[in-house]
Amino acid sequence: MAQFVFEADLHGLLKLDTPIPNAPPARWQRKAKESGAPGPSPAAGLSPMKPANRSHSSSKTPSRTPGKSGSKIQSTPTKAGGDRYIPNRSTMQMEMANFLLTKENDSAEESPTKKEQQKAWAVNLNGFDIEEAKILRLSGKPQNAPEGYQNNLKVLYSQKITPGSSRKNGRYIPSMPDRILDAPEIRNDYYLNLIDWSSQNFLAVALDNSVYLWNHTSGEIIQLLQMEHPDEYACSVSWITGGNYLAIGTSNAEVQLWDVQQQKRLRNMTSHSSRVGSLSWNSYILSSGARTGHIHHHDVRVAEHHVATLAGHTQEVCGLKWSPDGRYLASGGNDNLVNIWPCTQGDSGDFAPVQTFTQHQGAVKAVAWCPWQSNVLATGGGTSDRHIRIWNVCSGTCLSAVDAHSQVCSILWSTNYKELISGHGFAQNQLVIWKYPTMAKVTELRGHTARVLNLTMSPDGVTVASAAADETLRLWRCFEMDPIKKKEKEKANSAKSSIIHQGIR
Amino acid sequence: MAKQLSRDQQGITLRGSAEIVAEFFSYGINSILYQRGIYPPETFTRVQKYGLTLLVTTDPDLKNYLNNVVEQMKEWLYKCIVQRLVVVISSIENNEVLERWQFDIECDKAAKDESAPREKSQKAIQDEIRSVIRQITATVTFLPLLETACAFDLLIYTDKDLAVPEKWEESGPQFIANSEEVRLRSFTTTIHKVNSMVAYKKDSFP
Repeated sequence: MAQFVFEADLHGLLKLDTPIPNAPPARWQRKAKESGAPGPSPAAGLSPMKPANRSHSSSKTPSRTPGKSGSKIQSTPTKAGGDRYIPNRSTMQMEMANFLLTKENDSAEESPTKKEQQKAWAVNLNGFDIEEAKILRLSGKPQNAPEGYQNNLKVLYSQKITPGSSRKNGRYIPSMPDRILDAPEIRNDYYLNLIDWSSQNFLAVALDNSVYLWNHTSGEIIQLLQMEHPDEYACSVSWITGGNYLAIGTSNAEVQLWDVQQQKRLRNMTSHSSRVGSLSWNSYILSSGARTGHIHHHDVRVAEHHVATLAGHTQEVCGLKWSPDGRYLASGGNDNLVNIWPCTQGDSGDFAPVQTFTQHQGAVKAVAWCPWQSNVLATGGGTSDRHIRIWNVCSGTCLSAVDAHSQVCSILWSTNYKELISGHGFAQNQLVIWKYPTMAKVTELRGHTARVLNLTMSPDGVTVASAAADETLRLWRCFEMDPIKKKEKEKANSAKSSIIHQGIR
Repeated sequence: MAKQLSRDQQGITLRGSAEIVAEFFSYGINSILYQRGIYPPETFTRVQKYGLTLLVTTDPDLKNYLNNVVEQMKEWLYKCIVQRLVVVISSIENNEVLERWQFDIECDKAAKDESAPREKSQKAIQDEIRSVIRQITATVTFLPLLETACAFDLLIYTDKDLAVPEKWEESGPQFIANSEEVRLRSFTTTIHKVNSMVAYKKDSFP
């Protein structure tokens, strides 16, 4: 009989038409109870969440309560209702936030003072009110270079081997240097003239703050001098014609004169205000060129040595050479000018150049007079120019111009073969021999691993010494005279003198 | 002889100053085109100016183009309404701006009303112009190589209310994205002052 009781209970629970005996009181019943007690209602109003929570949770437990009034009302939260994530929404200004997020980005909101400030900044940076400027461009197709034109500069800087001369030259020129000398600490400064070869066969080399002499015949090395201060350095060296005195230009604007046989300093001539990068002798007159662009003439025999000033350059004078007949002085500067000065002053008492050549587009350090043709000068330009130019200084015309494709640091003429030799820098650091006057390339001498800085020639005209930034001096035997031809030359010279003697008789 | 002396002593008028500056631009632009290799160097010829040997183009189309610009510049300089001249060098293939030569012009507007010419010798102005042109030549040593074929454009910044003449159109500034700038010398005629600078694209590799 017990199972029937169980069954009756089950049926009773499942049936929905009878009231539930143990259900919690319905909301409306509770509310009726509460309204009977008005005191606690404001408290209830302040925190509406709590009872709502309670009712919410309490209404959840019986899963099948009809709860038409109860749970349905409780499941919809009030406007300011909370949830687990944001417990108290009353502190948030939802309406304000929504408005700010959705409004259009309005720049007119900027205050006028801020605008003024921005304008002032713009004027400051651009120099004028850029808002007010209009940018115009000439219409029409831009002018283009003809098809197939390749930018010249690129070709220049990427070349590997320059096309050599096709015609085989008559004589054999050894491609390797005769001798390589070590030149440690040599200053890699394009504007200095650090080597010179004397008529007594001594090669003077300035290595930073010392000057060394190398005897070509014996191979002996003598240290002539060392500067007093480690910061000073020798900028230029030049032998007097006789080969017994050496002039040295220093970084502290002095020109020193040394007697090499006694290894003593004879004179210390100060007249410049900046380093003396170039020197040239004309019998007893020593000319010096400085960084300021001034050239001074010094008479080394008298106490008041500074006899003249030539102001023709605005930047460092790096090339300076007297002509073999002593009539003209050629100077080249970092201002791309070449000036030709006369040996005597003009009417006004000042020295003025008889010629000024402006065609070079780079610094002119390479300056050399032709030994067999008077009034012919060769000049070479630096990186921006790369040209070798031959001039007639009387007429002022440029006889020829050749593109050497590389910075020209020095030029020498060779009497033996009527040729020119030039020293170069990037990219091949080579010496080029040119035939004069055709300016055809005879050969190129390679070997230096850094740019060539200076060239000088031996007294017999056979060997050329080159000093380069790779701290070596290379001696090239490039103008070797054929012994047969040499004898013929000597005979011709002696024959001439005998004729003269007969004539006098 | 006497006439020459008086011309030297004569001061600079507004019209004279405009001519000097326009002439400088003509030679300056020619120098830039030659030095940067925009056109083949064979098409340039040498002339003597400012005590220097300058290279100017012989190509008739280019000459015409430059003359138009220079004439217009002269007029605008006289009216003091031009503020800047820019030479833009860009690669032909991808139109990328590689170099930008900017010449700022400051004009003394008071000179318009004055009738008396200003005191400054022609020689001093010539010397200043000479330094600027030499600097343009010297920039070849540090400006990066222009690997590709390039074309140039001329931009002129004028006053906003200027009526655009025919043959001219409006354009953007054509700045360089990642640029390195170098200021060059400036020169002044006491009425116009020209500041020069060049901006070039920084090399991409470290």
